[in-house]
Amino acid sequence: MNIYKKRQIVNKLMCALAFLCAIFTLVPLISIFGYVLSKGITSINLDFFINLPKPVGEPGGGMGNAIVGTIILIGLSCLWAIPVGVFGGVYLAEFGNNKLAATVRFTADVLNGIPSIVIGVFAYTLFVLPMKSFSAVSGAFALGIIMIPTIMRTTEEMLRMVPRTLREAALALGISQFRMIVSIALKTALPGILTGILLAIARIAGETAPLLFTAFGNSFWHQSLGQPIAALPLQIFAYAISPFDDWHRQAWAGAFVLIFIVFLISFISRFIIGLRYKFPASR
Amino acid sequence: MKIKFFDLGFKEAVALLALSVVALTLLLVYNMATYAMPAIQKFGLHFLSTTTWDPVKEIFGALPFIYGTIISSALALLIAVPVSLGIAIYLAELAPAWIREPLSFLIELLAAIPSVVYGLWGIFVLAPFLRQDVQPFLAKYFGFLPLFQGNFYGVGMLTAGIILSIMIIPTISSVSREVFLVVPFSQREAALALGATRWETIRLGVLKYARAGILGAVILGMGRALGETMAVTMVIGNRPEISASLFAPSYTMASVIANEFTEATGDLFLSALIEIGLVLFFVTLVLNIAARALIWQVSGKMKGEIRE
Repeated sequence: MNIYKKRQIVNKLMCALAFLCAIFTLVPLISIFGYVLSKGITSINLDFFINLPKPVGEPGGGMGNAIVGTIILIGLSCLWAIPVGVFGGVYLAEFGNNKLAATVRFTADVLNGIPSIVIGVFAYTLFVLPMKSFSAVSGAFALGIIMIPTIMRTTEEMLRMVPRTLREAALALGISQFRMIVSIALKTALPGILTGILLAIARIAGETAPLLFTAFGNSFWHQSLGQPIAALPLQIFAYAISPFDDWHRQAWAGAFVLIFIVFLISFISRFIIGLRYKFPASR
Repeated sequence: MKIKFFDLGFKEAVALLALSVVALTLLLVYNMATYAMPAIQKFGLHFLSTTTWDPVKEIFGALPFIYGTIISSALALLIAVPVSLGIAIYLAELAPAWIREPLSFLIELLAAIPSVVYGLWGIFVLAPFLRQDVQPFLAKYFGFLPLFQGNFYGVGMLTAGIILSIMIIPTISSVSREVFLVVPFSQREAALALGATRWETIRLGVLKYARAGILGAVILGMGRALGETMAVTMVIGNRPEISASLFAPSYTMASVIANEFTEATGDLFLSALIEIGLVLFFVTLVLNIAARALIWQVSGKMKGEIRE
């Protein structure tokens, strides 16, 4: 065969293969969404949102406590991870041209790559062993560690995108550096920072592994932060590996709600990015 | 003077918060090493090469889990790397402009699905499908290989590898796409000017130039696969045995921690599980550092922060 023909054929073949790879990847995506939607919607009802889990066979069981638990866990994690992440990011962006900041950046990247189950083990040794009880606090600690690297690095990047001229103008008017950072730099970068925070929340909302032996799960309503607490991903896991059809249906319903929450947060963050890109253009 | 006070304290305060990340990481290593110490002292390096895992007799060897983790991740890479490169090539080089953003958005959606949902789908959709259709097919035509022998359970190494590959495709494809996008245009133009076809341009001009970055992307994906817990735990069958067959149930380091941690009665049992966690930590640490160094090498300082 003619070498030119052969090259043409190889060219066509490889380009087609690349296209097929992209299409092929959509198959599991569509399958997962299809099942979660179809099985989730048919199993969801009002009871699911407001009731506690019930023993097998009793109708009307739900995951109300797990939904509330997940919201509490997210809130608690944000409470400590957002200040550490945002202000750590401020340090990296505003004072970060030294070895110390390079170390922090490196550590944050390393922390980002550590399996979440290892972070769960760490939270267990730090909280659960001394307190001798699984607790909401230990779960929120583990989730917070997962959030911090994302928030910190996004905050840094967003602050670096704030034009120098804005800072210089503010400083030239005689305000202190502290005021300049808080009222000018952070304020300008706010949409971007919010996006980072929302992405971090979307990531932890579905985390299960670090909660297995920290938050642990609970079949009752939330009692106190020192007690085990229910979480939606934990409940889905427990029901999915159970042998009961009824619980499997509820697991699908839980997956539907969880995916809905995660995607809602991701979409809001995309919407905020959209605003951000419009913002400088309109000025 | 009040303003001045804030100004001075502010830098120190934010520096402290930034440093707390370093402190937390050091504390993580210290804490886990402390709790793993009994197992480290008792078993030494044998811990990594013993196949017995017997909580009753308090003999702990992590080899079945290490094996399970390595094979499941290798299987995942075997599937995910070619597919991801295909996606990245299509998105960066071939696709018409209007299709690029929507398609890459869809593929990144895969990364947003929580791992427990993957597990649920794995148990009820993927595993039955593999048991009824794929495994009999493989056994019939490739059954002479030890890889494809044994009973069809549905759950097992093959299922875990496939689900892991789906989960790491977004990571590998998006990082390699970013790497392709920073390959200078002169590379492509030079190849085209010599009369290369599209594919030859990609192979010679782009893939070759970006190979270190691609390797970095692959290692990042591998890091994710090694540490992935829930989805694997739900479909791998959780049996601490080393078997040549991909159909057989297996166990990984992350899933043994997930399954047995809350039931770990003895101190030595707990310590052994924490030691597995520590091993996992160091392996992913080394992989992440290597991946970042490789990506950095291709894309220079600014793009060294290409994200997963």
